[in-house]
Amino acid sequence: MRRWLLLPPFLWLLLLVAAPVAILAVIAVSEGSAGVPPFRPPLSLAEGWQGTLEPLRLLLADVFYLDAFLRSLLVAFATAALCLALAYPMALGIAASPARWQMPLAALVLLPFWTGFLPRLGAWIGLLRDGGWVNRLLQGAGLTAGPLPLLYTDAAMLVGMVHAYLPFAVLPLATVLLRRDRAVEEAAADLGATPWVVFRSVTLPLSLPGALAAFLLVFIPAAGEFVIPELLGPPEAMLVGRALWVEFFQNRDWPLAAALALALLLVLILPICLFQRLEDAGEARGSGPS
Amino acid sequence: MAEPLLRLAGITRRFGATLALDGLSLEVRPGEFLALLGGSGSGKSTLLRIVAGFEAADAGQVLLQGRDITALPPHARPVSMVFQSYALFPHLSVFDNVAYGLRREGVARAEIARRVAEALALVGLAGLERRRPGQLSGGQRQRVALVRSLVKRPPLLLLDEPLAALDAGLRERTGLELRALQRATGAGFVMVTHDQGEALALADRVAVLEAGRLAQLDTPQALYERPATRHVAAFLGAANILEGRVEPDGRVACAAGCHLRPAAPAGPPGTLAAFALRPERIRLLATGAPPAENGILARVKDLAYRGDGWMAVAALPGGGEWRVALPAGAAPPAPGAAVALAWAAESLAPLAA
Repeated sequence: MRRWLLLPPFLWLLLLVAAPVAILAVIAVSEGSAGVPPFRPPLSLAEGWQGTLEPLRLLLADVFYLDAFLRSLLVAFATAALCLALAYPMALGIAASPARWQMPLAALVLLPFWTGFLPRLGAWIGLLRDGGWVNRLLQGAGLTAGPLPLLYTDAAMLVGMVHAYLPFAVLPLATVLLRRDRAVEEAAADLGATPWVVFRSVTLPLSLPGALAAFLLVFIPAAGEFVIPELLGPPEAMLVGRALWVEFFQNRDWPLAAALALALLLVLILPICLFQRLEDAGEARGSGPS
Repeated sequence: MAEPLLRLAGITRRFGATLALDGLSLEVRPGEFLALLGGSGSGKSTLLRIVAGFEAADAGQVLLQGRDITALPPHARPVSMVFQSYALFPHLSVFDNVAYGLRREGVARAEIARRVAEALALVGLAGLERRRPGQLSGGQRQRVALVRSLVKRPPLLLLDEPLAALDAGLRERTGLELRALQRATGAGFVMVTHDQGEALALADRVAVLEAGRLAQLDTPQALYERPATRHVAAFLGAANILEGRVEPDGRVACAAGCHLRPAAPAGPPGTLAAFALRPERIRLLATGAPPAENGILARVKDLAYRGDGWMAVAALPGGGEWRVALPAGAAPPAPGAAVALAWAAESLAPLAA
């Protein structure tokens, strides 16, 4: 009976994770062709092994892709760090508010999701473009003579990313902070810790698992983000998401695109495994008299 | 008399419409082990939290060694508290837990290491410095919580149900260790408990709280022998309550169907009087007839073996039941049998209300 209960999640993983990854892996070792689909299966009964490692080689050899990866990780890191910095005080505020306000406040955090993703980005474009509200306001106040180049910059891209991903950071943090044991903080205060020291030495370290979850929940999707950099970011900046899009839809080089997607998957899984390891090790080890 | 260690004056605390503490005043003497005893809702935990500074009193003053600390935040108060849940820092080692308070005081590292080692050795936890609280047993955690507070050498230690989370077997031994620690450190202890056995066994004095007021504050012996109110008598050792009207000759005509002759006059004739009579103060007479005063003929309704004796429930001619403790040596009466009961005049403890 119990064995059958485990079936649905396994089927789910098989259909939506394992199968697509396997298909990507097959495409990534295929030869490109002009047909539909634009690749030749790497293994056929008639001709045997027809595959190639050329896409993978190109990925490693061309510094263009390495640059895209590093830039994507940097953008994702900056987004996640900014989200964390904004989300922590928000989550603390939710946890510190009276019980009857906690649910409405959490719902407010989710409110942006009630409007479409693209209208939200459109709103940012409207705000930040040369004739947009921000520039009109600055000029109207006599602070700037001409329009500032706000749109299509790294800053505009980060603003859009943080706006889109902030709820993912607030909710896990709020959950952890709401569930925390207040007696432990009272004990710290009782032992002579001022409110700031209580926060630094007890509240903050005990909320780190929530902070890590918040960081990863933002970092992972942000690393592959395509739409926001495309609409708000500088045109010359090539991110992995954009490179993927270009290879798939403009160049129709499916093998290279598949190789890129697999590489991104690997790059994102490795730090998660590392974090998991670190956390397990930290749990087992006690800190000594120091 | 020396200045009290802690003086609470007219402490009042309201939660919405309920009055948790109603103008409560009491004093704790230096080096004293005081128990705050009461049922749930008696206000004992709220009182402790007001002394620690986690709750603010709506009215009243908290004075520690003569200094008014009513307005001080918890971290500025020299008192320390042991929490019922222990509230150890789960992310810190045993050493760092105990060192936490000393670090806040800015004590030098070498001194911290020395005092923490000393404190841990005192409660038999030497060698566990590097463990996390999650890797300790309940008893060990309790002792870490205790020395985490004691290592700061507070003049007054507050304990919120310190034994409640322990196994029954561990509770008595830990309680005695707690008292030995209190004697050794000379600190004043104020322990909140709902367990009367714990309070009587460990404390120098017991404050019984009832509905936010102090019902009685006395030594365990006096409290047990001379309960001041019906509530105290019932709460401690489940005493029998005897009520009646004072007669012209000074005796009290008890509603249960007997005449009481208390050691001291109960009051002017015609007034109502109430007494507490402990189950173990009632004797079973070998003769079938009870004395005319301080005695009654009752019927054994029920009998329960207690190991160290029997507890009999005796039905009275005037209605109602008494609990009678019978020593193990004698053969118990059969259920349904009529028994003659008697008690000494001194065993009748007059009750105020």
